[in-house]
This record gives sequence, C-alpha cells and structure tokens, in this order.
Amino acid sequence: MNCDGVIREISNYIDGDLDAAMKQELERHLDHCQECALVVNQTKMTVDIFCDSQPVELPTEVRSRLHEALQRKLREPRG
Amino acid sequence: MDDVPKPGFGRARLEKTRSHYFLSKVVLGPLYPVAAGSVNPTLFAAGQNYSFISESYALAASSKRWAEVEAAVLCATFMIEPTKTGLFLGPLKATPLSAPNPHRLPSAIAREDEHLLVAAAKSGDATAFEELVNRYERKIFRLTMNITRNREDAEDAMQDAFLKAYSHLNTFQGDSRFYTWLVRIAANEALMRLRKRRPNQVSLDEPIEGDDDLMPREIEDWRPSPEQRYAQSEMHEILDQVIEHLEPDFRVVFVLRDIEELSTEETAAAVGISVPAVKSRLLRARLKLRQKLNRYFRQGEPN
Repeated sequence: MNCDGVIREISNYIDGDLDAAMKQELERHLDHCQECALVVNQTKMTVDIFCDSQPVELPTEVRSRLHEALQRKLREPRG
Repeated sequence: MDDVPKPGFGRARLEKTRSHYFLSKVVLGPLYPVAAGSVNPTLFAAGQNYSFISESYALAASSKRWAEVEAAVLCATFMIEPTKTGLFLGPLKATPLSAPNPHRLPSAIAREDEHLLVAAAKSGDATAFEELVNRYERKIFRLTMNITRNREDAEDAMQDAFLKAYSHLNTFQGDSRFYTWLVRIAANEALMRLRKRRPNQVSLDEPIEGDDDLMPREIEDWRPSPEQRYAQSEMHEILDQVIEHLEPDFRVVFVLRDIEELSTEETAAAVGISVPAVKSRLLRARLKLRQKLNRYFRQGEPN
C-alpha cells in the first residue's frame, strides 16, 4: 500500500471498518512512513477532540423561548 | 418495556417506583452514589414519594438552596417521608424537572432510564417529556447550530424539532435510541433551513468531489498536545472556527457521524444521500478539519 492508499483508507481505518489483511497492510506502511503515521494520528485526534467537546450552555433567552413554546404545546391535546 | 404502569397497587406500583429510582440517578446527579448505597427499590414500593424528592432536589439545586438539597438527599438515602420532614419550602407542584448537569453524566447512566422517560412521556406524562428536553436541549442546539451556522435558524430548528418529537412521540418505535431519533428530526429541520438559505451550496447528489485533492499538506508535529496547550474555552473557539469554514456538505456529514455519533446508515438516511456518499464526504471532512486544526496545533505556533 502506498501513501495514497493509506489516505484513502484513513476513515475506514479509524472506524475499524478494514478487514484484517488491509489493516495489516496499512499498518506496515505506517511503520516506515512517518508522514502517514502523523496524518493518521492527527486525523484520529481531530475526530476525538470534536467528539469529546461538551456542548456549551444554552443562551438563557433561547432556553426560555423553547420552554415557553413547549408549555404551549404540552397544554394542547395531543393528536 | 413499552409502558410504565400508572401508580396503583402491587406490582404496577413497584414498577412505577422503580422508574423513579432510575430517574433519581439522573436527578441526583453527582450525589447519586450517596443515595444509591442505601436506596432499596423494593422498600420504596412501601410508599415513598420519590418524584417529590426528585423535584425538590432539582428545584433546590437550581436555586442553590443547599439545606433543601441535603434534605432531599437524606430523604432519598434514609427513606424519610419528605412531606413530614418540614425541610422543604412548600408546594413544588408543576415545577419542571431540571437535572443539574445532565450532559456531564456518563452516557451509560443517561441511557439506562431514557426508555422509561420516553414511555412515561408517551403515556401522557408531560414532566417526563420536559425532562427529556432538559437533558438534550444543549446538544440539539449545538447540532442545529453546527448545521445551519445561523443562530436564528438554529433556534427555530431546535424548537420545531422538540415540538415535532412531542407530536409524533407515538410513532417512535423504540428500536433505536430516543436521542438518535431526536437527532434525525433536528438534523432534518436544520437541513431544511440551511438549504433554503444556501440553495446552491447543499447538494443531495452523490459525491461530486473527485479523487484529486485528498493528499494532505501541512504535516507537522502537534506538540505539546492540543489539550495541554489550550484551555477548554479556547478549544471551543478553535473548533467553532474550523467547523464554520468547512463546506456545508462535508460539515453536515461530519457533525452527524463524529459529533452525534450516528452510524453511517443513519447519517445517510438523515441527509438523504447514499452510504458511499457519506463515507466519501466523511473522509474529506476529517482530512480538511485536520488540516485546518494543524494551523492551531503545530509546533511553534504561539498560543
């Protein structure tokens, strides 16, 4: 597998969607290609950083408007 | 379990009490372990008014009345009939439940009682639905904000998503998580607004992107690690910046797959594109984001 092949399969590799043979081939490339190893690592970090980020607080006025609308809805008979 | 039995006698009552016991894990939040050690759900069937305790705790915690918070925990722990303690400030009826920090709970706990809340909401318990809203409003707003990148649209999409979820609650089958179902509704609402605002930028088509520009440029070491370099608030800003500048087609797929953790198939269904298109856009989104982040994370870049 060359660099191009690795880049093409990064997503599948990160998601664990590669079959054993492909995975082994990709990892063999990473063993001797520092650039690809960095890209794979950093792409994985990118996913992790976004995935772990906590949602910020809902702005107070946005939350009140949501709950006002909800109260109106909850009072209606449900159809 | 599709329906939480109405309070009554015997087994039905025990089941209902159990659901409050699970609910308490979320409502009691960080204090849950204190209560959990000694709460026995079977004994609760003897008549403990658990929803009263939960509501009292939530209300007291949100208004920082610590004596009452403690009283609620004591009641839960030692099974004291709360109405007899005189520790609470008065009637708390019709107060929406509000969990202190629902998004910080381990997802396993949050998931455990989700179906109980959904079942209660289905059988007409408005408080249970409000609890679901309280629990997910921040995440749903982040989702609609990430897709639309327009605050007005994001708010409308979030509101309509919750209202539609409530109206169509009876069509929710329970074969997926409620949250996943909610994400699909919210993603739809957000996408509709995004397409309206940028009709030419969001394609429903199969991948238009070729195989060309995949090769990463700007490959540099990220040291010290991004978490060591940036405080949480700075990190939030950086992530916001880089996702803002990702093209909508890529952004939507990335948000659903990597932030909301939908499966490839669920993402394909939500966006209305094929599975290969999801995979192709996800790969490009991840590579583009890595490259954008490199500008902040590379060695020697001033903080």
